[in-house]
Amino acid sequence: MDYQTHEHDVLVIGAGGAGLRAAIEASTAGVSVGLVCKSLLGKAHTVMAEGGMAASLGNVDDRDAWSVHFADTMRGGQYMSNARMAELHAKEAPDRVRELEAWGAVFDRTPDGRILQRNFGGHKYPRLAHVGDRTGLEMIRTLQDHGIHQGIDVHMECTVLTLLKDGERVIGAFAYDRERGRFQVFHARAVVLATGGIGKAFRITSNSWEYTGDGHALAYDAGADLIDMEFVQFHPTGMVWPPSVRGILVTEGVRGEGGVLKNKDGHRFMFDDIPDLYKNQTADNEEEGWRYTQGDKEARRPPELLTRDHVARCIVREVREGRGSEHGGVYLDIAWIKERLSNGAEYIKKKLPSMYHQFKQLASIDITAEAMEVGPTTHYVMGGVRVDADTQMSSVPGLFAAGECAGGLHGANRLGGNSLSDLLVFGKRAGEYAAIFAKEHDAGAVNTDQVDTVAQRALEPFAREGEGPYKVQQELQGRMQDLVGIVRQDGEMRQALDEIAKLRERADRVAVIGNREYNAGWHTALDLPHLMTVSEAVTRAAFERQESRGAHFREDHLGKDEAWAKVNLIIRKVGDGSMQVVHEPVPELPTELAKIVEDNR
Amino acid sequence: METATFRIWRGNADGGEFKEYSTEITDGMVVLDAVLQIQAAAANDLAVRWNCKAGKCGSCSAEVNGNPRLMCMTRMDTVPTDQPVAIEPMQTFPSIRDLVTDVSWNFTVKQGIPPFTPRPADAPDGTWRMQQRDVNRVQEFRKCIECFLCQDVCHVLRDHRKHDEFIGPRFLVYAAALEMHPLDVADRVEELAEADGIGYCNITKCCTKVCPEEITITDNAIIPLKERVVDRLYDPISKLLRMFR
Ligand SMILES: Cc1cc2nc3c(=O)[nH]c(=O)nc-3n(C[C@H](O)[C@H](O)[C@H](O)COP(=O)(O)OP(=O)(O)OC[C@H]3O[C@@H](n4cnc5c(N)ncnc54)[C@H](O)[C@@H]3O)c2cc1C
Ligand code: SF4
Ligand code: SF4
Ligand code: FES
Repeated sequence: MDYQTHEHDVLVIGAGGAGLRAAIEASTAGVSVGLVCKSLLGKAHTVMAEGGMAASLGNVDDRDAWSVHFADTMRGGQYMSNARMAELHAKEAPDRVRELEAWGAVFDRTPDGRILQRNFGGHKYPRLAHVGDRTGLEMIRTLQDHGIHQGIDVHMECTVLTLLKDGERVIGAFAYDRERGRFQVFHARAVVLATGGIGKAFRITSNSWEYTGDGHALAYDAGADLIDMEFVQFHPTGMVWPPSVRGILVTEGVRGEGGVLKNKDGHRFMFDDIPDLYKNQTADNEEEGWRYTQGDKEARRPPELLTRDHVARCIVREVREGRGSEHGGVYLDIAWIKERLSNGAEYIKKKLPSMYHQFKQLASIDITAEAMEVGPTTHYVMGGVRVDADTQMSSVPGLFAAGECAGGLHGANRLGGNSLSDLLVFGKRAGEYAAIFAKEHDAGAVNTDQVDTVAQRALEPFAREGEGPYKVQQELQGRMQDLVGIVRQDGEMRQALDEIAKLRERADRVAVIGNREYNAGWHTALDLPHLMTVSEAVTRAAFERQESRGAHFREDHLGKDEAWAKVNLIIRKVGDGSMQVVHEPVPELPTELAKIVEDNR
Repeated sequence: METATFRIWRGNADGGEFKEYSTEITDGMVVLDAVLQIQAAAANDLAVRWNCKAGKCGSCSAEVNGNPRLMCMTRMDTVPTDQPVAIEPMQTFPSIRDLVTDVSWNFTVKQGIPPFTPRPADAPDGTWRMQQRDVNRVQEFRKCIECFLCQDVCHVLRDHRKHDEFIGPRFLVYAAALEMHPLDVADRVEELAEADGIGYCNITKCCTKVCPEEITITDNAIIPLKERVVDRLYDPISKLLRMFR
């Protein structure tokens, strides 16, 4: 068959925050870099991030320090996080944010002209550097505009189908360009995965068509370990009405700026259930909560700013018990702050401009005057490719991973704002160590048989007759939503595994019409196997973990279990091609880190 | 439930035609929903770009009944459905397929503009001080989601095809964001006049009208840049202008 071949020292797959940061770093280290992404440059998920990026700059509250950020991340992750990653993340995030400013980012400012920081769930102090509610746009544009002058070869609208191996090592990737459907061989000494998440495995999601878990599945198929796949974050506040916008995110920034959650009786139900882990950090009355959002350092945070897993479950409880809103959510009210601030309406528009816009245009609601209807939406996957904390290399030599597709930092639940900082800290590290690896290794050999086989299989759907790919995708999303969603139990997950197996067979038989030119149906067909793999991985891990912890909630195993606190679940492909779940001990905390955790209890 | 008919342009650089499709319209639906519904049911191979479905990524630009719009932010209840709804790709860029156009020219243009160049740090820890009031304008420009609708609508590009001589409103906004960045010390004025062709803009404000981010492209970005160009390069004229103000 006919291929175009590209040679790079480091190949980065994915051009969101993590991929761009990795590419910039590798290129700065003096190696040649190729960057591929499924969409146009600047359109990756990172562009949608709203609230901000977490870093203990201490610009608003100088009591903040890396150690407090570290302790917050560990607590938020229910102590399942890789402590070394959490340490590096907390220590290096401030420099990574300042570096963005040096590359042209324009964050909102404090009165003394420094980078402003806002409150967010689970963060003890105001910690999120932000630009209104479009922080992700600022971040991706800054990296993009800096990156295009670094000599990186960008291959846009190009989708990787498989990783190429030479023996144990990954030595490149095989892809097709969306425009013409031509096959591309990328030959590289080191490969960085930065492909983002898996949200398209569920029906209600804040994620785009791109989030089919490609990086997770590519790594898994190449023999790499995945970790923590049972932990999928359902963000508490997605839009619920009208139906066509269901799932679109409503930033946590709304609650950070004083927005409150109410049920249909107007009751602030978040005060009803405050977990022990957070009791002494949470306000027990509305007045104190309000003062916190206005920067009173003596006040404790309102319960609306508890971690996402908890807030999402409280919303589910209200809805299940018949206290939900008209369309099956609850109310999020920011308009009420007009009672406290004379310029309330203006303040809301200045601080939350894109939320104002989004509701006005898509739901005909003026958030400065009315409450929003919100409910949980699939948002983020904590699980991902298991990597070495310092180098981001996976269990397969030459294969690195960073950003949402890597696992370990966020444990059982990610704190808002910790993803954008994760992308920068570990994107940089992945780029740095991939460049070192590339310098130390020669280019391996491409196995043309492997390439030919994949290419042939990729073209098979054109020759078939039968059902199209969209139906299979939609059914999978429905099954995952209903059977492996926020509330899980044994029987339903067994059923899910059966159904995924059947859907996988159907996915292998889907037919597509038309030709290879920018054919969305064909692209969807090629994404399906990845979506099946990550769905199965999530389900198997969730089935295995018989306790409720963080984002993983089992109604047949309520509460945390001490024995499970010591176990990370690893997903691995074994010899016969089947998926195995392996228990591994959570690494012990070194004494100095254990002390930080204790001091911040 | 109501059904609406759409005429969607199908084809590639070699030519194409409108094809009719019907789909059901539900409460609150946007044009992009309708297009994706048609794609899933009747036209699996329909080419269309989208990502965020919330007006944040600037991928889904197209012309709806001749109006350049983000399809994800165009509510069906604002579009008349007694006639078939026409959906076409942006006309200023070459066709790739169906609703997808080749916007690579934009990426090339950006690369040619001198990048951000900051002054030395203000504080010993390598950081800078900037007041919010001094960055408000730049933040307005940085809201740009690169949907290229302004490029699509600008007659200099759309009708006169001056792609080689004029960078278009999007990149005048980009240049303005750099020029007005409090930390930037690079100078782009001469390029604006020559390579970037700012003189081609005759302030029709069509770009401002279509910008989904409501950036005041003409008044806040282009006119101040034109003034800088005039001040620097055609000083006597600028003096005259000021006399008449
Ligand atoms: C609406 C929304 C709001 C959010 N707000 C915040 C926030 O305020 N703060 C925060 O910290 N986090 C936030 N998050 C989470 C955060 O934005 C994401 O986790 C993060 O941006 C992921 O970045 P990434 O670099 O890992 O991947 P992405 O930015 O998603 O990039 C993935 C890249 O990989 C490419 N890719 C994928 N598969 C392939 C393939 N097979 N071949 C080639 N390329 C491929 C894609 O095209 C894309 O370029 C938010 C998320 C959403 C959806
Ligand atoms: S104002 Fe200038 S840039 Fe904008 S559309 Fe008119 S001519 Fe083009
Ligand atoms: S300036 Fe406005 S219209 Fe032009 S590309 Fe940016 S967001 Fe789109
Ligand atoms: S899909 Fe992102 S702007 Fe329309």
